[in-house]
Amino acid sequence: MVRFLGFGVGLVFVLVLLVAALLPRDDVPADPIKAIHEHPRSAHWQQDGPLGMGVFGTYDRAQLQRGFQVYKEVCSACHGLRLVAFRNLSEIGFSEAEVKALAKAKDVPSINSQTGEETTRPALPSDHFPSPFPNETAARAANNNALPPDLSLIVKARPNGKNYIHSLLTGYDETAPKGFDVPQGLHFNPYFHSVNIAMAKPLNEDQVTYADGTKATVDQMAMDVVAFLQWAAEPELEKRRQIGVASLIFLGILTLLAFLTYRRVWAGIAH
Amino acid sequence: MSFPWANHYEPKHPLMQWVDQRLPLPRLVYNAVGAGYPVPRNINYWYNFGVLAGVALMIQIITGVVLAMHFSAHVTTAFDSVEHIMRNVNSGWMIRYMHMNGASFFFIVVYFHIFRGLYYGSYKAPREVVWMLGVVIFLLMMATAFMGYVLPWGQMSFWGAQVITSLFSAIPLVGETIRTWLVGGFAPDNATLTRFFSLHYLLPFVILGVVILKIWALHIPGSTNPTGVEVQGPQDTLPFHPYFTAKDFVGICVYLMLFAIFVFFMPNAMGHPDNYIPANPLSTPSHIVPEWYFWPFYAILRAFTINFLWIPAKLWGVIAMFASILLLFFLPWLDSSRVKSTAYRPMYKIWFWVLVVDVLILAYCGGAPAEEPYVRISQIAAAYYFAHFLIVLPILSFIEKPLPMPNSIAESVFAKAGHKDAAAAPAGAAAAPAE
Repeated sequence: MVRFLGFGVGLVFVLVLLVAALLPRDDVPADPIKAIHEHPRSAHWQQDGPLGMGVFGTYDRAQLQRGFQVYKEVCSACHGLRLVAFRNLSEIGFSEAEVKALAKAKDVPSINSQTGEETTRPALPSDHFPSPFPNETAARAANNNALPPDLSLIVKARPNGKNYIHSLLTGYDETAPKGFDVPQGLHFNPYFHSVNIAMAKPLNEDQVTYADGTKATVDQMAMDVVAFLQWAAEPELEKRRQIGVASLIFLGILTLLAFLTYRRVWAGIAH
Repeated sequence: MSFPWANHYEPKHPLMQWVDQRLPLPRLVYNAVGAGYPVPRNINYWYNFGVLAGVALMIQIITGVVLAMHFSAHVTTAFDSVEHIMRNVNSGWMIRYMHMNGASFFFIVVYFHIFRGLYYGSYKAPREVVWMLGVVIFLLMMATAFMGYVLPWGQMSFWGAQVITSLFSAIPLVGETIRTWLVGGFAPDNATLTRFFSLHYLLPFVILGVVILKIWALHIPGSTNPTGVEVQGPQDTLPFHPYFTAKDFVGICVYLMLFAIFVFFMPNAMGHPDNYIPANPLSTPSHIVPEWYFWPFYAILRAFTINFLWIPAKLWGVIAMFASILLLFFLPWLDSSRVKSTAYRPMYKIWFWVLVVDVLILAYCGGAPAEEPYVRISQIAAAYYFAHFLIVLPILSFIEKPLPMPNSIAESVFAKAGHKDAAAAPAGAAAAPAE
């Protein structure tokens, strides 16, 4: 009985599916954007370690500090970093005094302890980075109705994050193909999904002056800021890899011992 | 329980005797996963995945309980509380990445376990109930995993919840009402998040309960084995402890190594980047996909593109998707071949591997965008999926001529080991556990 019923049900499903498979398809016009859109270029990231495997690599503190400088002087005008606290900056090599000073330079919303009125106060190391706009409406109003995304997790929130952001930041020099009209107020960038991005070219040669004398080329600044943003998204990365290597060594030895135990227990037993 | 030649629990220490007379829990453990449970001596490493699924479930429960201590089930704070776990809770990133990847690993081992069952006929008499309880666990796992994915309240959480709950709106007449009732509103919102959190905490313990029932049901006939011949005497079995505890432990170590590679070096490889963007009901992602372990079923859902017999395409898809899992309940009766092991079923062996490839193709199409050629490929692959279980298997059972099988497990084992005389059961056949 089950088999007859099943047979009938099976025939119906197969029939519906095969009819659907055999029906002719409507012609879908090729998306012109797809032909122009480019996949991110792969850059060499020293924090990914040997062969880019991401096993032993660690962040370069000097690079993270340069990247923070780029974020602070360029990106932070429009992009927030709301999940990162000033105190976290001590992890990238800033001293306690430097962290205090960096925090103090920013104002955060507060309440006047006498009157209860809304006011601002200088940030403390325990405060998170204040967002550049009070709310989404204000952000859109200031940016031609585009919303600059928060950058705390941006490296994890985009496929192939590091390479994508690096390509995007350095991809403004490519020109749109002939006959392709970039809409008013947008900018051509073949790495952006719609190839028209609201953000104007953010990085230009020598836009920042690095204290350590590194030449501030567009590519250098892009690499530095992406490294910083990767740290912002994955502050645990170095510890994670360290523990990972240690656990694999431990588990490797345990596996060997487990296998020898198994051989010993099963010695002479046919199976 | 199990076979008459099973070792008996005889506590030597007076304290254990005292406990055993009052609460025979050690006896239960001894009979369930100790020396008191005889197991076919020839089972291979494919039989390791049941234990591994148990390990995966325990990892999920332990990490999940810790995560729940720090998680905040509210739409305004859920996303940030997960980031709080990742950034501020001591080793929180490790617990969270273990839980995230643990779900994927749970499904990986369960898929191996299911296909092992399909290959060695583990669903056939007298193990139908073991198999059906397994399907119940699989369904509970899917519900648990789906609701867990909603909790971080990222973009894919929200839109996944939107798409999956809207499946219920395909039910004629009452669909929309049912969906509103399930979601607690007209779209996923705080009511959805809190109920999913509550159920996500509850269901793993339901799974644990069904696992106990499943082990109970399994211990009556015992495991199948690669020959498909049932156990006949003590020469066919070895006690679970120490033989299979030692063997399974090697598998657990290898499993933990692979797990560690994902958790520590590529924790987001099996996740979707969009879930690191906070949920935004006003911005639909260009390409909504569920977690990878749902892709084969998602492909079946999307393969139905035409209205047929007055039934809309969406309803066809929903019925077919549920049918693709529910038909597994009937598998013991769909396949009436008495031969359990595929090793002795020359025709089924081919179809089995076709099914494996077919499910992999469905998985690939389920993760791909809904455009050609993926839609057409998934239609053909879905057609084969149903044909395999509902048409091919019942027919095969009638026309297939099985290969000659060994008379007993012991015979096949000792023939392989080079012992000519199978009757001379060697030492260790019914060995007491090594003390």
